[in-house]
Amino acid sequence: MSFWFYLLSALVLICAALYFLAPAERRPGALLAGRILRKCLWVFVVFIGITLICFFVIHLAPGSPTDLQTTMNPLADVQAQQRLAAFYGLDRPLHEQYALWLKRLLQLDFGNSMSSDSRPVMEKIAERLPLTVWLNVATLFFTLVLSVPIGVYAAKNRGGLFDKTTTLFVFLGFAMPGFWLSLLLMVKFSIELQWLPLSGLVSVDYAGLSPPEKALDIAKHLTLPVFVSTFGSLAGMSRFVRASMLDVLRSDFILTARAKGLPERLVLFRHALANALLPLITILGLSVPGLIGGSVILEHIFSLPGMGQLFYSAVMARDYPLIMGNLVLGAVLTLAGNLLADVAYGLADPRIRSGFAAKEVRA
Amino acid sequence: MNCRRLRYCLETRGLLIFGLLLISCMALAALFAPWFAGYDLLRTDPDAVLLPPSSAHLLGTDAFGRDVFARMLYGARVSLQVGLVSVGISVSIGTSVGLAAGWFRGLVDECLMRFVDIMLCFPAFFLILAVIAFLEPSLLNIMIVIGLTSWMGTARLVRAETLSLREREFIQAARLSGAGTVRILLRHILPNAAAPVLVSATLGVGGAILTESGLSFLGIGVQYPDPSWGNILIEGKETLGVAWWLSFFPGFAILCAVLGYNLLGDGLRDMLDRRSQ
Repeated sequence: MSFWFYLLSALVLICAALYFLAPAERRPGALLAGRILRKCLWVFVVFIGITLICFFVIHLAPGSPTDLQTTMNPLADVQAQQRLAAFYGLDRPLHEQYALWLKRLLQLDFGNSMSSDSRPVMEKIAERLPLTVWLNVATLFFTLVLSVPIGVYAAKNRGGLFDKTTTLFVFLGFAMPGFWLSLLLMVKFSIELQWLPLSGLVSVDYAGLSPPEKALDIAKHLTLPVFVSTFGSLAGMSRFVRASMLDVLRSDFILTARAKGLPERLVLFRHALANALLPLITILGLSVPGLIGGSVILEHIFSLPGMGQLFYSAVMARDYPLIMGNLVLGAVLTLAGNLLADVAYGLADPRIRSGFAAKEVRA
Repeated sequence: MNCRRLRYCLETRGLLIFGLLLISCMALAALFAPWFAGYDLLRTDPDAVLLPPSSAHLLGTDAFGRDVFARMLYGARVSLQVGLVSVGISVSIGTSVGLAAGWFRGLVDECLMRFVDIMLCFPAFFLILAVIAFLEPSLLNIMIVIGLTSWMGTARLVRAETLSLREREFIQAARLSGAGTVRILLRHILPNAAAPVLVSATLGVGGAILTESGLSFLGIGVQYPDPSWGNILIEGKETLGVAWWLSFFPGFAILCAVLGYNLLGDGLRDMLDRRSQ
């Protein structure tokens, strides 16, 4: 089993290396399918790189998960600690541990948590993941819905009052610590006005509510977190739409569109916006790691049982498999975001679809 | 400077000057913290617990009767230190990687830039959190780890600059007159690539301050008796609705500090960017 595993991974790595070393015009990269294939290979390499770095950094750091269970226990001597380390497989050389971990990962097995409940990591993450994903999807949705009109309007009236106001707001948004904004909003809306619940995902009487009331209850609990998270990413995104829009408005085809007498509405929304939104796809893909990282603080403040909180407690308990599982999942989500953005970019931009501008895009 | 010139200066560079002012106030506060503080950092006072702002305690006191203003001043030291040192680390790494990739091109460039891509795919905050929690949270560790996870942007910038500069004639001249690679890189390329690096470094200071305060807020940043804006906010969270001054002022200080660096960086970009002139 392990022989075939090593052989297969070596083959894949060699193929990837040969592929990347080949001159660009001989790679099957001109067509969209080739582009996606190349991207997938690249994602594989990145994935191995990320897991390698994470694994070694975490395992080489001083301290061990067995410390927590033995140092406070007067009955545990050195032998007991060694037995525990052997039980978790921590006494083996590091590269063997990594190979074993990777092998298990290929069977979609993240191992068992080292905490006292010893449940599979997959199970623990699976129950926490949906909340974080939905939180971030909602954030992205609201960010897009708000930032596009703001950016377009600010670009259209460059230097006007609206543009200046949004610039101010953008600077504030960039500098605003999300956790501080959360605290301020909690004081105002949860403590003083009592409109929204302070923290948690559901109220105490959740079990006794009817389905529509349940949905309302959850929505109320998520209002503040989604607002804070949206506020954080809105600044950057609206700034980006504005810059991209200004860039496009300067180009020749906009001049043509205006010269042939198209109404301003059509020029803005059909000709300019369609082109200005293209780079936005890439930015959306790149914003995934920030959102995932930000969820740690957000979920901590609002006591939401999501992946960020799980990761925080895993780090505190030095639960190696759980930490690795979280990091890998974070990396997978990030890579999926990037890959999706890349494919979407290819689909949206006919120049890339036909391989017409393949070289310029690569450069 | 006459009145009209002053007005022109304020109109074009108003934001930059405002940012500079914010930063200098913070820096002065941090530098002269012991003179301004008036209270001992660690002295607790059971008779003055959770007092609102008054003339005796400018920004009130916390749950142990410690003066919040004094703790904020020392917190400014932490923020300033974290910002400058971690950016120093990230700029040196980013510059070296960028110079090497842009100068040697080929396989070196490919490998280094792919490594940059990998680093950009990390949910960086996850990694920082894990590493710091493992290495015992301390100021030094925080600065190192933030520095080690934020150099990628600088590397890309410097690489792009190096790639275009290395083809220029003055580099050819330097090479023909016998200058070695190191001399060319350090004396000829680096000074010409300094402007964008300066801008990204200034913006990086703000980012580092935000990350540090976030870590301290989670309890794995600057540790207990030492004050930091982030860990004063923890107390603020615990007394939410009782003592507004404990959560308002530290957060406001973070906002101002980051805003100052961002305004300065943005202003510098407008000033130094060749395209906008």
